[in-house]
Amino acid sequence: MENHANQATAHIEVRDLTMAYDSFVIQRDISFTVKRADIFVIMGGSGCGKSTLLRGLVGLKEPAKGQVLYDGVSLWDCEPTAKQAIMRRFGVLYQGGALWSSMTLAENVGLPLVEYSNLNPAQITELVSLKLSLVGLAGFEEFYPSEISGGMRKRAGLARAMALDPDILFFDEPSAGLDPLSARRLDELILELRDSLGTTVVVVSHELASIFAIANNSVFLDGETRTMIAVGNPNKLLAESNDPKIRSFLTRGEA
Amino acid sequence: MDISFSLDTDNTLVVRLGGDWNIEHGPPSAEELQKKIASTPHLEKVEFDGRELGEWDSSLLAFLIKLKNFCAQRSIILTCECFPKGVERLLHLASAVPEKEDAHKKGGRAPFLLRVGEATLETVKSTGEMLAFIGEAFLALLKLLGGKARFRRCDLTLLIQECGAQALPIISLVSVLVGLILAFVGAVQLRLFGAQIYVADLVGIGMAREMGGMMTAIVMAGRTGAAFAAQLGTMEVNEEIDALKTLGISPMEFLVLPRMLALVLMLPLLCLYADLMGILGGGIIGVGMLNISPAEYLNETVSALNLTQFAGGLIKAGVFGVLVALSGCFRGMQCGRSAAAVGEAATSSVVTAIVAIIVSDALLTVLYDIIGI
Repeated sequence: MENHANQATAHIEVRDLTMAYDSFVIQRDISFTVKRADIFVIMGGSGCGKSTLLRGLVGLKEPAKGQVLYDGVSLWDCEPTAKQAIMRRFGVLYQGGALWSSMTLAENVGLPLVEYSNLNPAQITELVSLKLSLVGLAGFEEFYPSEISGGMRKRAGLARAMALDPDILFFDEPSAGLDPLSARRLDELILELRDSLGTTVVVVSHELASIFAIANNSVFLDGETRTMIAVGNPNKLLAESNDPKIRSFLTRGEA
Repeated sequence: MDISFSLDTDNTLVVRLGGDWNIEHGPPSAEELQKKIASTPHLEKVEFDGRELGEWDSSLLAFLIKLKNFCAQRSIILTCECFPKGVERLLHLASAVPEKEDAHKKGGRAPFLLRVGEATLETVKSTGEMLAFIGEAFLALLKLLGGKARFRRCDLTLLIQECGAQALPIISLVSVLVGLILAFVGAVQLRLFGAQIYVADLVGIGMAREMGGMMTAIVMAGRTGAAFAAQLGTMEVNEEIDALKTLGISPMEFLVLPRMLALVLMLPLLCLYADLMGILGGGIIGVGMLNISPAEYLNETVSALNLTQFAGGLIKAGVFGVLVALSGCFRGMQCGRSAAAVGEAATSSVVTAIVAIIVSDALLTVLYDIIGI
């Protein structure tokens, strides 16, 4: 019974994951659990393998070892159709937005709906407008990605990631390249999505302000030993951890 | 940039630096000083004196760091006296983080056998990747035939326009000129026998069976194949392909299939157009230089050509279309994640396509000969 209850709350479970490029190990023996409606941050210094770990989680790069389980189903060991079904519940916001450059914003946000729903064009247009207005881009439907700024592209990328109302949203460095105000608005939007829709959020970040503002759980990756050295709420880690690497990261080297 | 040095009594070398040190004139050679340090026995300390130093920049720092390392190797103490504060701080900063031992790339050439082995493994790997790509493309094609392939119809229309109608001007120019050249080369020889009229046969058959398809394919490899590689490569760099994959949309169906379809549909049409343009080019020479009347030229061309010859050329053009599209898309999808990689992808797509066109043309020509068309 307890096991069952545990499964119900553990939305994502990572077990002994090792990510490698050929024989070059990026990160080894990563294990953590993300609960439903958690905002989970993967943090660590530049080049420590955060983004590679994310690629393993979203099904883009096969791990050298270990498992990633979504509601108890292993992403990398299941049938292709089951894998597709799991991935369809993701929304991913890439670092630069990764909007499809040959399509307008409306087409970008609408494509997932066209592919995976039976809505008619008018309904899709309505939903697209809604998603774009949620990220503050109402009226930009007919713009191409090259015609808007980097921050707007990122927000449009978020609108696309939210198109299918995913269970899990992944963010790859959401505040990189944004001004402090936009970065804060994005943080607020992430909190809002979690609170109102119950979305589980996984964020790769090294922006301290953002980490402390949104995360209720985190994993700290170390680039030198190529493995994780702590799991927990970042505020708690700051208060309790004695590890000099974690302390200096979380205090910008001031303690 | 003045350097003077003198040996003190207690095994100390005093080096006085004076004047302006700037990068435009380059740092002075440290060789003389190094020689002096190396040749002085029992030297314990080198003291730099910066009292007379004028303006300075990083050339001074580079000079001092070089000597600092030189002295450190010989266990000689190096001190800097009376230098501006900025110099001392920057010197301290430069040595604050020790050099990372394993950060250097391994230099030197690998042994011959190792290089041969690596190249072989690389070839095997890339052949495997290419075969996998062709297999996936084939599966996508089967899906299309089953009506299950997912791509945007408007993308296909745009691509058809891009590699069809928009290619007409360059195809016209190239084909007319090729027809002209064929006629010219033929005319010189045929005139010797008074058989100028057969220039029409030569150009007609040459264009329909060979040159029309091949020239069109080569132009399309440079024009469209390279564009496909660059488009897909840039999409890879911008993570657009990753975004498709995480949405569960196959890039093979969504991006590669419409490009392949567009080229396979358009290349035979362009080839037919090129055939006609080539015959027109031949006609210009025939009528203009060899005094054959237009009616005669046309008549001779019609009697020399039959549908089989056109069909042979068109089938070749279809095959070339597949090859150009596959190599363009394959190199694009294989692209690394940098601007340079996109350039390489475009270049190698053209090279791959041209090699594939020529090799397949040779094979098809032999095959046609065997089956007698």
